[in-house]
Amino acid sequence: MTTKQYESYYVPAQSHWPIVGAVALFLIAVGAGQYVSTLASEQSSWGGWVLLAGIALIIYMVFGWFGNVINESMAGKYSAQMDGSFKQGMSWFIFSEVMFFAAFFGALFYARVFAVPWLDGAGNNAMTGAVLWPEFTATWPLIKTPDGTETTGMGWYGLPLINTILLLTSSVTAHFAHVALEQNKRPQLKAWLGLTIVLGVIFLSLQVLEYAHGYSDEMKLYLDSGIYGNTFYMLTGFHGLHVTLGTIMLFVVFLRVLKGHFTPENHFAFQAASWYWHFVDVVWVGLFIFVYII
Amino acid sequence: MTTETISHDSHDDAHDHHDHKMTGIKRWLFTTNHKDIGSMYLWFSFIMLLTGGAMAMVIRAELFQPGLQIISPDFFNQMTTVHGLIMVFGAIMPAFTGLANWMIPMMIGAPDMALPRLNNWSFWILPFAFTILLSSFFMAGGAPNFGWTFYAPLSTTYSNGSTAFFVFAVHIMGISSIMGAINIVVTIMNMRAPGMTYMKMPLFVWTFFITAYLLVAVMPVLAGVVTMVLTDTYFGTSFFDAAGGGDPVMFQHIFWFFGHPEVYIMILPAFGIVSTTIPAFSRKKLFGYSSMVYATASIAFLSFIVWAHHMFTTGMPLFGELFFMYCTMLIAVPTGVKVFNWVATMWRGAITFETPMLFSIAFVILFTIGGFSGLMLALTPVDFQYHDTYFVVAHFHYVLVTGALFSIYAGVYYWLPKWTGYMFDETLSKAHFWCSLISVNVLFFPMHFLGLAGMPRRIPDYALQFADFNKWVSIGGFAFGLSQLIFLAVVIKCIRGGKQAEAKPWDGAEGLEWTVASPAPYHTFEKPPKVD
Repeated sequence: MTTKQYESYYVPAQSHWPIVGAVALFLIAVGAGQYVSTLASEQSSWGGWVLLAGIALIIYMVFGWFGNVINESMAGKYSAQMDGSFKQGMSWFIFSEVMFFAAFFGALFYARVFAVPWLDGAGNNAMTGAVLWPEFTATWPLIKTPDGTETTGMGWYGLPLINTILLLTSSVTAHFAHVALEQNKRPQLKAWLGLTIVLGVIFLSLQVLEYAHGYSDEMKLYLDSGIYGNTFYMLTGFHGLHVTLGTIMLFVVFLRVLKGHFTPENHFAFQAASWYWHFVDVVWVGLFIFVYII
Repeated sequence: MTTETISHDSHDDAHDHHDHKMTGIKRWLFTTNHKDIGSMYLWFSFIMLLTGGAMAMVIRAELFQPGLQIISPDFFNQMTTVHGLIMVFGAIMPAFTGLANWMIPMMIGAPDMALPRLNNWSFWILPFAFTILLSSFFMAGGAPNFGWTFYAPLSTTYSNGSTAFFVFAVHIMGISSIMGAINIVVTIMNMRAPGMTYMKMPLFVWTFFITAYLLVAVMPVLAGVVTMVLTDTYFGTSFFDAAGGGDPVMFQHIFWFFGHPEVYIMILPAFGIVSTTIPAFSRKKLFGYSSMVYATASIAFLSFIVWAHHMFTTGMPLFGELFFMYCTMLIAVPTGVKVFNWVATMWRGAITFETPMLFSIAFVILFTIGGFSGLMLALTPVDFQYHDTYFVVAHFHYVLVTGALFSIYAGVYYWLPKWTGYMFDETLSKAHFWCSLISVNVLFFPMHFLGLAGMPRRIPDYALQFADFNKWVSIGGFAFGLSQLIFLAVVIKCIRGGKQAEAKPWDGAEGLEWTVASPAPYHTFEKPPKVD
């Protein structure tokens, strides 16, 4: 700590972006709340429009806010200490995301190890199986729930395996892009980064195909097909959302690379996007093992 | 800790002038200043305290005598639910974040929080979240009525129409807490003045550091579990429904994995505050500084492996009951270290009893009572008797009101001269203390007896034999609620004027915050001080 440089730390002037973001989040919550509440009732809802307005406003905020940050950074107002704040902030943000996924992985493990076997009478729950759910047999994937809903388990070969290879490769290409940036090899940087984004987009497209396959009459694997469908779609769905966000981040970074931003020493935004990308990759490995294979 | 150079309001540093503050509402909406944001957090939390307190008074009015007389059982449930949510997420947590915002940069010699714009956002999304939560009272079906713990299936199959709004409001509160906590962690890790090593940080800073880690780790889990409640309610999933292979008890596991660390999120900062005030008014150094740091860290670690002590009656396997019982009792060890250290700090000190010290001493004694009732609840076999009774209510109100809230009062009185530049009215503040101290015990102490005698919690009506104690509890409740208005009067009076406060109004106080003028200049430590 003592060896660190203590230039004066840049404290930004008043900014209107946070309050814009707060209003945007408010609109998203109210809109989504209203939309979800009226899903079942068939009546027309204004919620969807408010939700869209909120999303539009938050995109506007992100552009404005990050635009300010980029301009300040390009104007050389930031010190090494500031860079440290950004990096640590991003790492802890990713850690919080890990814990968000942990909640859903926890649900998956609990259901597989405890809840489903108990419903079939495991442990000291013989009466639960015999009295409440006599027809039920514990299996995983849970292809027949206690109330009789039937579905099919998603295999790990085919699309999921291809997707795993794609995403793992994209983590490597993202790393090559980083190395190219640090060695100031701009053409290679653009190529590797572009390739990473392309791999991300292909991953997402294949994921959409997989969902279409799941929702087909052949598989009948729906979000509400019992705990297997629940955990499958919630885990892969939230992962897909994060991949989407990561792809957008990489794309913005790509545009900035084209504009000539970033130096071998100073490229926090690039690093943040690439950390995020490695994070979604690691989550996918967990998903592939625990949701698909085992 | 001594300081060599102090350059608080030096105008000689050349970097561009961001310190002309705007006036009017824009100042508060657009601010990036940790002191402004800290003040807003504190005012917001006080408004929420009064709102949640008003709901508590509705509850106590209904329980003043047996029978249903004022409100319907459903509205009673809405009151208990929203009272809990507001007090946890709206009053206690933002008050601590407000203190952290105000004091941490000044204590570590930083010019501001590390990410000032994010800081503004973390605050301003909170009022919006509570607007959504409170507006649910006016929706069809009313506000959430399933308890602040929103156990499934009460919050899923049997919930009323506003659950989606509840879920999204909690999401926003979670985002606010996570962003605020990240800011605190980064500020402490990255912005300490040269020479301020980790083991030289004030204990206040340490406790917030550890609390912020707990927040970053568990608030996302809360977001996950409310999301599951949302999909179970509206999208046909069955995470908490046995018919689809899920389990309602799984809800409790995930919720309390968040919920138990959350309990420490609301008490560790309190430890930090009284570890600051007690040495100041005892005129002695804090006894056992490093053991305090390790004790705080141990409590934080243990908080992750005790969650199922909230669930002893759900029919867990015997091994689970024993494991969680022993781990829970283990927490008494580091907590005991802390209480011992506070008492040892006071031992043979030159103690004076200014208002912050009064609240701190009351904290030590009354928090210990709450701790002991917690120890009783930790014993699995006896918890079968206490579970879901008023004994539990008594326990957590002792740790949260006479624990967390009293420590916040101690902190506010301690730093109020630094914030406003004036000394507060000593007589009035002591009136606030004594009224609060007496009424809070009339309010919560008889609840122990009610619980031991078998009165269940969250019930709008009760058997006749509980009538006398409930009457006293209600009287204590109203008195305690009204006493808090004295506090409001003290604060407003102190903002408007009074005896000019010196830079260091408490002669035993230590720390960088006392090296700057009172009131603290808008910007402090733009050049970091040197700490030896």
